[in-house]
Amino acid sequence: MSAVMDAVGALPPRTGDRVIQFREALREAMSEEMRNDERIFLLGEEVAQYKGAYKVSEGMLEEFGPKRIIDTPISENGFAGLAIGAAMYGLKPIVEFMSWSFSLVAADQILNNAPKMLYMSGGQWGCPAVFRGNDGAGGQLGSTHSWCVEALYANVPGLKMAIPSCPYDAKGLLVTAIRDPDPVFFLESERMLGDKAHVPEEQYAIPFGQAYKHREGDACTLVSFGRPVNFCLEAADELATDGIEVDVLDMRTIRPLDIDSIIESVKKTNRIVIVDQSWPFAGIASEVMAQVCERCFDWLDHPPVRVTTDDVPTPYSKVLEQAYLPNAGKIVKAVKGAL
Amino acid sequence: MPKRIAYKIEIESISILDEHANFDESLGAGTLRDDEAVFLYEQMTIVRHYDEIAFKLQRSGRMGTYPQNKGQEAAAAGAGFAIKKHAPGSWLVPCYRENLALFLNGLPMEKILLHWMGDERGNQIPDGVNILPISIPIGTHPLHASGLAWSLKYRERVMKEARDNSVVISFFGDGASSEGDVHEAMNFASALKLPAIFLCQNNRWAISVPISKQMGSETVVQKACAYGMHGVQADGNDIFAMYKVTRDAIERASNDMKPTFIEAVTYRLGDHTTADDARRYRDPKEVEAWFNKDPLIRTRKYLEKKNLWSADKQTALEAKAKEMVSQIVKNAEGIAKPTSDDIFDYTFATLPDEIIRQRDTMHTHSLGQNPSQETLNAHTHAGAR
Ligand SMILES: Cc1ncc(C[n+]2csc(CCOP(=O)(O)OP(=O)(O)O)c2C)c(N)n1
Ligand SMILES: [Mg+2]
Repeated sequence: MSAVMDAVGALPPRTGDRVIQFREALREAMSEEMRNDERIFLLGEEVAQYKGAYKVSEGMLEEFGPKRIIDTPISENGFAGLAIGAAMYGLKPIVEFMSWSFSLVAADQILNNAPKMLYMSGGQWGCPAVFRGNDGAGGQLGSTHSWCVEALYANVPGLKMAIPSCPYDAKGLLVTAIRDPDPVFFLESERMLGDKAHVPEEQYAIPFGQAYKHREGDACTLVSFGRPVNFCLEAADELATDGIEVDVLDMRTIRPLDIDSIIESVKKTNRIVIVDQSWPFAGIASEVMAQVCERCFDWLDHPPVRVTTDDVPTPYSKVLEQAYLPNAGKIVKAVKGAL
Repeated sequence: MPKRIAYKIEIESISILDEHANFDESLGAGTLRDDEAVFLYEQMTIVRHYDEIAFKLQRSGRMGTYPQNKGQEAAAAGAGFAIKKHAPGSWLVPCYRENLALFLNGLPMEKILLHWMGDERGNQIPDGVNILPISIPIGTHPLHASGLAWSLKYRERVMKEARDNSVVISFFGDGASSEGDVHEAMNFASALKLPAIFLCQNNRWAISVPISKQMGSETVVQKACAYGMHGVQADGNDIFAMYKVTRDAIERASNDMKPTFIEAVTYRLGDHTTADDARRYRDPKEVEAWFNKDPLIRTRKYLEKKNLWSADKQTALEAKAKEMVSQIVKNAEGIAKPTSDDIFDYTFATLPDEIIRQRDTMHTHSLGQNPSQETLNAHTHAGAR
């Protein structure tokens, strides 16, 4: 598959003037799917009465009622396991974790059960559940509440993982996640929920495993996923003022990973910088790097470069947290260093 | 202010057929009919033989680790039969010590052997049989049972599907009751009012850890009562008591949408699994005392007292068990070995490109994910600049 620059097939245009927030895009995806399929229900802490800790489910209790929008006890492992059981008997649960950081107490259910059910039952019982919530440093939440779970969780076969960077993709990817027959981990970011952009009113499904090319250039391939894609775009603007044009690839899903689009771009630019908002050791950036080395080593004119956080727990202090995370400045430096 | 009692609880303990084969007529009336008691005695005898053969298969290298059910057959028989009779089509969510409950509800007997022989196909449950695969992580599966029960309720209330009296029953041990998952499952079942039955086989040991070290509570069932759930203790070696409490629990679940916790008091007569030697940590006197409470012995005595059983019938049954089990072993061992594609199939509903690539390269000399890496020494980067 090749990274798309524009709408393919049935996908509506990315630009327009229907500007809504990222959280509203998520809500539209869920609500419209729920209107069409009564097997779908939403459960999690504070999702009903309180409209979600981050107001993603505002208005959903009123529309769908308490049988389908369910406030659970504070019991992540509990409602994750409940969702798996419900999914095995024909329902399609959407589980909201307030933060993916809190999914760690549900690790056995989401990693040891959900992705293995289909396999262990010889194809009998799948687990068509969506687990979604905020991932990554939310802004001074401290190290236990700022997890990027992608590297840790994406290591497990049998699950899919989507990580949108903008409202348009948030809606289209969540629709696909809900319709998918396998367990999907959907990683949002508290820092982006208020981001606004055009989102088509109609329901559309963005296929998994297809990167989006935000920008075209041949100096370097810039690859990222989730929130730091936005930093890459900032960096690309700045680089352009120096006459450096880069390919910016937004992976959109980590599993499946559209490695072919990355390879295709690297064969053109011969350089790659991978931006990952998580730790450097055994991260998604490391995986991309490994696959690039395996598959197009001879096309590289410079060793692949990673921009990640530092290899320490996420700092609490504002200045330290900012210093720790990737940003446009670090990316510009990395690209220039790779030229 | 005078002190007041905030909460008080009493838990019943039910025994109908005791270890001396005394039968409590008042509690036992209207439970199992004579022919049903005979049937369950036969079934228990067959699975006891099955267990012994499984043990031998392991010892002779024909099977992996196997957890014997020996001594606990009555709990599985009484509960499994109540489900089969009063709520057929219910979901059974097992651990590994209730084989008979699964067989009674439609699981082909070779499946369990296949599973412990290390064949994933042992978990491929036939269509129409609502039994989940054996759960190896201790205590994580009662949550799935709560989820299934939630689904039963949701399908009726939201999707307007007709509901029969199906319930969901999960099986786990005394040790499992220390796991957080079990507590979360109980809390959900109670808070969401789910048609679920939690069946804890308290066999007094979790591998080498005795119940006294496992918990500070007097009983296991009182834990469930803390969640506002009805709980009952029963003699787990008594098919009548187990049948009765399970039947009551089915009614509570399907009529009132309320969960029940059943603590079946029993004993593991064998080792934890074939990888264990319980003689190293159990007092032989304790084991001997429980051998006298063996469910097979008391059930047979009861049937003999009622003239429902004879030495001839016993001989015939043993011969039948032998023949049946040897056929089952043949079936399990006779199945063709899986092909290597099976490694990849079932990972996802539809296989993604990356898995297809791995499946394809497995049949080449490739070392990794990249088909062009067929051999490492041949430097064949066709398009390299
Ligand atoms: C989560 C988890 N922890 C530990 C184990 C190892 N283990 C297997 S069986 C067992 C004891 C279980 O005891 P109990 O629940 O009483 O069941 P029993 O074997 O006595 O029937 C343990 C600790 C496991 N399988 N899963
Ligand atoms: Mg035990």
